Amino acid sequence: MKLRKVTAASAAVLALALAATACGSGNDDDSSGGGKKIKIGIKFDQPGIGLKQPDGTFAGFDVDVATYVAGQLGYKPDQIEWTETKSADRENAIQRGDVKFIVASYSITDEREQKVDFAGPYLLAHQDLLVKKDSTISKGTDLNGKKLCSVTGSTSAQNVHDTIAPKAQLREYSGYSECIAGLQSGAVDAVTTDDSILAGFAAQDKYKDQFKLAGLKLSNENYGIGLKKGDADLKKKIDDAIEKMESDGSWKKAVDKNFGPANYRNEPAPQIGHIVK
Amino acid sequence: MFDFLQGYDVLGAFWMTVKLTLLSAVGSLVWGTLLAAMRVSPVPLMRGFGTAYVNIVRNIPLTVIIVFTSLGLADIFGVTMGASDDFKAQGFRLALLGLVAYHAAFVCEAVRSGINTVPVGQAEAARAIGLNFSQSLRLVVLPQAFRAVIAPLANVLIALTKNTTVAAAIGVAEAASLMKQMIENEAQTIAVGAVFALGFVVLTLPTGLLLGRLGKRLAVKR
Repeated sequence: MKLRKVTAASAAVLALALAATACGSGNDDDSSGGGKKIKIGIKFDQPGIGLKQPDGTFAGFDVDVATYVAGQLGYKPDQIEWTETKSADRENAIQRGDVKFIVASYSITDEREQKVDFAGPYLLAHQDLLVKKDSTISKGTDLNGKKLCSVTGSTSAQNVHDTIAPKAQLREYSGYSECIAGLQSGAVDAVTTDDSILAGFAAQDKYKDQFKLAGLKLSNENYGIGLKKGDADLKKKIDDAIEKMESDGSWKKAVDKNFGPANYRNEPAPQIGHIVK
Repeated sequence: MFDFLQGYDVLGAFWMTVKLTLLSAVGSLVWGTLLAAMRVSPVPLMRGFGTAYVNIVRNIPLTVIIVFTSLGLADIFGVTMGASDDFKAQGFRLALLGLVAYHAAFVCEAVRSGINTVPVGQAEAARAIGLNFSQSLRLVVLPQAFRAVIAPLANVLIALTKNTTVAAAIGVAEAASLMKQMIENEAQTIAVGAVFALGFVVLTLPTGLLLGRLGKRLAVKR
């Protein structure tokens, strides 16, 4: 009798699980088959760039760019389906066709260009430092002997190891939020990654007036919009959309809105196809 | 095909994984055995502590424990394990501390189940010839208990080997941290992932086979 109860229970669980997966795939079919929706990959966890807010909406510079580009392609904002594309997942998501294009602080590099095509660039960012308001760090050589923080395995962390300050103490966490916590408590002297990402964090209300950007240009990161390799038609359309965004003033507006409060001195809008090495 | 491996110290990263695994295996075996002894001891306070420790620690996700050692213990309480100015050594030691604290709970339960396989008569006989609690545990019960739990302990060891990857969350330069770095640079997610998966299989498969055979040979035949 007892055995039968257990069997019944597990059968119920199994049925539920099956129903849930069936439900999931059903939704997918709807969105790709309907044709009037567009899937765009963004980051969900980077304030100022792409952030999922508590109410379920999305905000950030990448979101604004993506919305504008989608608008130029003929999609209204409510026809956009946002998909999270983490850094490690971006090439695969494009190749599998999970998303139409990706706007996710996606630096154009040679290795990546072998796998996907890039439209843009739409922003020129630099590796920089986020420091406390009263910090005296002002040039790269100030860093040796200081305590830095960045994300495990990220390009910025590798740059610190290899070129910028090999003698600096580098702590690596799995996310920037942990680094910022360390900066707040004084356990580290600076957090380092792209200035756009840092500006996004510093512009959050909870950190207002605590941090500043050091303004060092330690590297060049050309943010591009990733899309399927060989889709020249889409690349052309997106390039045109970015150009239009830059010329009609929406680009500047988006920069000011997302990065403004952090004393972020942005680079002028980049020219399409012009990659700063 | 494997040219993306060039310029990376893959062996060095796995060596770090091995070091983390071996040191925390020794640490958690010692601490776990002590916890098991507490849980079967006649002192209520010790029994209570052992039970509470195991039930709390094994139910906290390892990531939370490891990140807490760095963000909480080191940054807020200043427990830097004697390496306040060297983040590399500090991360390694803190990760070790977290791994030992976590896996000791599982070792404790495995050892305790081994103690339960030893017939009560053995402990009673030990008492009858005048051994006290710690003597009878050390000389009579635990030697028999360990021989019964080699296979479950091998399980814990394999889990521990793979769990060392969590140390990447506080920047210990072991295999998973190098994997993240390579994925960032190489745009070859699946190939990179496969190489590291294979590396872990190479580490854990012999462990399981070897300890499994050892467990069979040493088991107490009753």
